[in-house]
Amino acid sequence: MTEGRAGEVRVVIVDDHAMFRSGVRAELARAGAGAGVLVVGEGEDVDTAVAAIETSSPDVVLLDVHLPGGGGVEVMRRAPSVEGTPRYLALSVSDAAEDVIGTIRGGARGYVTKTITGPELVSAIKRVAEGDAVFSPRLAGFVLDAFAGTIAIADVDEDLDRLTEREREVMRLIARGYAYKEVASELFISIKTVETHMSNVLRKLQLSSRHELTRWASDRRLL
Amino acid sequence: MVPRPRACDHGPVMTTSHQRLGAPSGVREPRRAYRDTDASVIGGVSAGLAHHLGAPVLAVRAFFVLTAFLGGFGVVLYAGLWVFLPAAAPFAPSTPGAESATRGGRRPARRARFIDPVLDKGPAIALVALGFGGVLLLESAIGGGTLFWPVLVGVVGVALLWRQADQAQRERWVDTTGHLDPVRMVFGRGGWASYARVAAGALLVVAAFALFTLRGGSPTDARDLTIAFVVGLIGIGVVVGPWVYRLVTDLGAERAERVRTQERADVAAHLHDSVLQTLALIQRNAEDPVAVSRLARAQERDLRSWLYDTPAAADEDFAAALRAAAAEVEDVHGITVDVVVVGDALLDEITRPVVAAAREAVTNAAKHAGTGRVDVYAEVGPAAVDVFVRDRGAGFVVDEVPADRHGVRDSIMGRMDRHGGTAEVRATPGEGTEVRLHQPRKEQTDD
Repeated sequence: MTEGRAGEVRVVIVDDHAMFRSGVRAELARAGAGAGVLVVGEGEDVDTAVAAIETSSPDVVLLDVHLPGGGGVEVMRRAPSVEGTPRYLALSVSDAAEDVIGTIRGGARGYVTKTITGPELVSAIKRVAEGDAVFSPRLAGFVLDAFAGTIAIADVDEDLDRLTEREREVMRLIARGYAYKEVASELFISIKTVETHMSNVLRKLQLSSRHELTRWASDRRLL
Repeated sequence: MVPRPRACDHGPVMTTSHQRLGAPSGVREPRRAYRDTDASVIGGVSAGLAHHLGAPVLAVRAFFVLTAFLGGFGVVLYAGLWVFLPAAAPFAPSTPGAESATRGGRRPARRARFIDPVLDKGPAIALVALGFGGVLLLESAIGGGTLFWPVLVGVVGVALLWRQADQAQRERWVDTTGHLDPVRMVFGRGGWASYARVAAGALLVVAAFALFTLRGGSPTDARDLTIAFVVGLIGIGVVVGPWVYRLVTDLGAERAERVRTQERADVAAHLHDSVLQTLALIQRNAEDPVAVSRLARAQERDLRSWLYDTPAAADEDFAAALRAAAAEVEDVHGITVDVVVVGDALLDEITRPVVAAAREAVTNAAKHAGTGRVDVYAEVGPAAVDVFVRDRGAGFVVDEVPADRHGVRDSIMGRMDRHGGTAEVRATPGEGTEVRLHQPRKEQTDD
């Protein structure tokens, strides 16, 4: 594996479809070459993904949610992690909310669908590499649904179990398709503050025990 | 008593998912009671019953314990319900895509649901103490009766064996291979707990028999009788065992084959109905890139919803109707419309105009924005329905829209006005347009 230049984001692509991997590779080469995104490895199932992460120690892993050997969650569980690196960005064709939330709770810092464009993917990768959270409109919708106000305030014993009004506003704007910059100017706050809100929401999503979030998707229509 | 806020709310999840399985299109099935084997102390009867009756679990458990003193009525009732109430399946029905991923091991295996051990042990310990007291009380009442101890030991043994049967059933549900294996039918995935339960259960039943034979005669007689009993059991096992084994294996093979055939038929039918047709159309339109991308997008949307969405009728649910409207505009104008819906409501006279107005807004964006991409976000709250339709296209100056342009004025603003809602257009030349629809809901109309 070639050593990347300083400031370059090293990426491992994990997906069980070879065609999709080469597609992303080509897309990143086209859109990410100047932007400093370098693909250093690939994996097609849990074992090869873990091996690829071990040998090439990437900054970011593009991780499919559904993967032979136990799914993307299993990769995050088994792969070596040094001071929070690599960071994981879930990339999936599955819009099944349960799987998406499960992957986020397994440690991914964001979720984007496979229909994402090349430049958008590059900027998502860089965001994740810097430790920020990446919320696609769909994920923001899932979050709002999962933290919807069907719980009595008296039952909420932890801050983790609810979003602040500000966080909710940020999520709403993301769900409406606003970019970070647009969210910031709409709410008259700095981009840094938007990023802080997103990180907080991600933390709540990963740690909250409310309604056992992973199960929420299957019964939300009956609440 | 220790309050158990979390363990209690396992119940609703279980039963509701079953109701959905049985009633796909709004037709309500009669409510059925299930044993909740996730929140069980013994067989999950109390937890399931408590949810069904809407009573506290502890009250139901206390009822069984107390009635157990009425000549064992509670025990018999509990045992009867254990046999006749079906166990609630531990997960909701899934979509074809998710199920296929589960079968292929591409999703994380489902772990047993976590029940807080501290919260859960409180009632169990209390019950054991109560039960022990009850045993002493009953014994003193009957006077160390001749029949009492054998029966008690036997009941506990049978209960242990049944518990293991539940465990094995649960593990069969989460088993992805779909095979029926006689050994696994008894022991599940194994583990010392399974073996211990079966061994202890069998041992207790035999012990009960030994106790029973011991009460009248001499120890030697009792020993001989017990040995005869065990030998008899083994004999029956040897005679019937191979037959049962073969029966079960055949059943398993047949079931696996049937499942495979059904799956293949489903996939084949769907591929033919949609994918093949689309591929044929794409070939015919090969020289027209717009048509090809439109067809590919429509097919992608269709496959995606078939694989991962739970089926919903577009004429019943707001979310489904909005998605269907967006899909139509996608097809007509060859653009991409991303729809995100939070919450849902029935499609009624309050929500229907919102869908129509949103559709008009998406159509406008498709025609005039020139970007090929529109984001739709809808939020259904108890007080109001909000829809945002946004594009990053050409934009325009709102005041300069000619009065004869019907789209925005009539179809969107006029329609919302007539139904008591509001519509607002925010547009900046060069940056895009956002249409906001707001419709208050008078009452909460869904149940």
